[in-house]
Amino acid sequence: MSASQPTVVVPADAGLLPGKRVRLGDPVPMRLDSGAELGPFEVAYQTYGTLNADKSNAILICHALTGDHFVAETHPITGKPGWWEMLVGPGRPVDTDRYFVICSNVLGGCLGSSGPKDIDPATGQPYGLSFPVITIGDMVRAQKLLVEHLGIEKLFCVVGGSMGGMQVLQWAVAYPESVFAACPIATAARHSAQNIAFHEVGRQAIMADPNWRGGNYLLEATRPEAGLAVARMAAHITYLSQTALHRKFGRNLQDRKAFTYGFDADFQVESYLRYQGAAFVERFDANSYLYITRAMDYFDLAADAGGLLADAFRPGGKTTPVRFCLASFTSDWLFPTSESRAIVHALNAVAANVSFVEIETDKGHDAFLLDEPEFHQVIHGFLEGCAEHRGLTVRRRAR
Amino acid sequence: MDIRDDLKLIAEMVQPNSRVLDVGCGDGALLDYLRHTKSVDGRGIELSMDGVRQCVAHGLSVIQGDAETDLKDYPADAFDYVILGQTLQAMRNPREVLDLMCRIGRRAIVSVPNFGYWRIRLQLLATGRMPVTEKLGYQWWETPNIHFCTLRDFVVLTEEMGIRIEQARILDRAGRVTGRAHSGFANLLGEQGVFLLKRD
Repeated sequence: MSASQPTVVVPADAGLLPGKRVRLGDPVPMRLDSGAELGPFEVAYQTYGTLNADKSNAILICHALTGDHFVAETHPITGKPGWWEMLVGPGRPVDTDRYFVICSNVLGGCLGSSGPKDIDPATGQPYGLSFPVITIGDMVRAQKLLVEHLGIEKLFCVVGGSMGGMQVLQWAVAYPESVFAACPIATAARHSAQNIAFHEVGRQAIMADPNWRGGNYLLEATRPEAGLAVARMAAHITYLSQTALHRKFGRNLQDRKAFTYGFDADFQVESYLRYQGAAFVERFDANSYLYITRAMDYFDLAADAGGLLADAFRPGGKTTPVRFCLASFTSDWLFPTSESRAIVHALNAVAANVSFVEIETDKGHDAFLLDEPEFHQVIHGFLEGCAEHRGLTVRRRAR
Repeated sequence: MDIRDDLKLIAEMVQPNSRVLDVGCGDGALLDYLRHTKSVDGRGIELSMDGVRQCVAHGLSVIQGDAETDLKDYPADAFDYVILGQTLQAMRNPREVLDLMCRIGRRAIVSVPNFGYWRIRLQLLATGRMPVTEKLGYQWWETPNIHFCTLRDFVVLTEEMGIRIEQARILDRAGRVTGRAHSGFANLLGEQGVFLLKRD
């Protein structure tokens, strides 16, 4: 993974991937938080289930930093199960037999939605760093256009973890009348200094790779694979807990019985991280990684609301009508429970309708993507309760 | 639907279609009962993850939290009723909790076990040891109930705090209502009291 390949593999040709695509911001471009205008642009998305007659059963799933819209199906590039198949699918807590599930690749992404690796119509060359800087607000703006394009006035629920949770919060704050319920999972109302710091390490790793070429690697037929892999390795550590890492690898050696007294991957944990890095560069674009991490860094709901988080949930001086369900995980140190609690406190301060549970697990931040039955029960129950209030037909189970 | 006697009495004090916060809502039995029998807009706070999970999994709006740290977040008069069932005596600062309840709710409903109940008095008198009863079945060194009071004590505290008792229900050991006002007899014969409170 250290040497660049002579032939350049672009992560994925979006045109060849399954799923749907729509051109938005046309003819009127979308105004971004930076002040720049973007349009027309593409949004790649996938849907599961059927939209009901009054279009009241749509659930939008928002993906995390390196996720994509293949939430509930085998991934076309990696061949792995959909990233949230445990939560989304027929008979799952987000039941695609009952709900119409939408998931789109974020703006700035690299799996079909417009991002830095796409061709700038103005120059005929890949955008690279000339792609405008995107915020969480911009991602959500694009999703709103997509949802409108699908003819949906009000989403039944928006669900997402980590960066996806930031988008959920942004939806609830920016479009409170267009969201009935919201599930921000393992997330925060602003990116912490520590998390910005980790992102900066990742970005510097990419930019320090000589093959990054000031962001013009596509033009120069090279790829900063080593830098992107290191970025992924560093980030991957933050997704796990110390306990989980130790349980998985301990100090075990990789395919050997003794140290080599060198810098090969002696330890299993090193080998694992190297593998994670190498696998990641197969499916992700380095500039996209810069853009999306930046979007998370800029996220601060309270600042946008004038400094007080509670004010974000008081549109027009009234309590937000959105029903919230938050969940955090005990061993998550990237988005610790205190971050979720800060959101709960702000929601309580406006007497909003909110549920919150901290799930006991040692799996770290990644827990939201893993088999956590208690977490899944909570999401299921919350959606059932909301469906009842929303008047979606439900068979109520006896208590 | 069947729920505990004191919870049923609490439920009787709640007007239909009101906004209710149940503090220490456990598995959500009262909230669920109120939702179905009185169509209330109910919320809960519960300390245990298990309780919260059960509540949310049943479609109730409940947050995991601690009454003594989280009640202060709510704005004044956020609820029509703030309910505290059988847990005032477990609070570090019951007076402050009572004060917060009466601030964030237009009314508060509190049920308290009566340490002046005759069986408890008799146990202390006869055995000289801390009373352990069916409903308060802890030894002194393990009990979460760190601030016991008698019904008389409770009434005196409300007077001191300028809180009006709008309704009172005194329950005997079988959970039957034996009185509708506080008195010396009630303090002796009641095993617990349920009070509807309002800030003056």
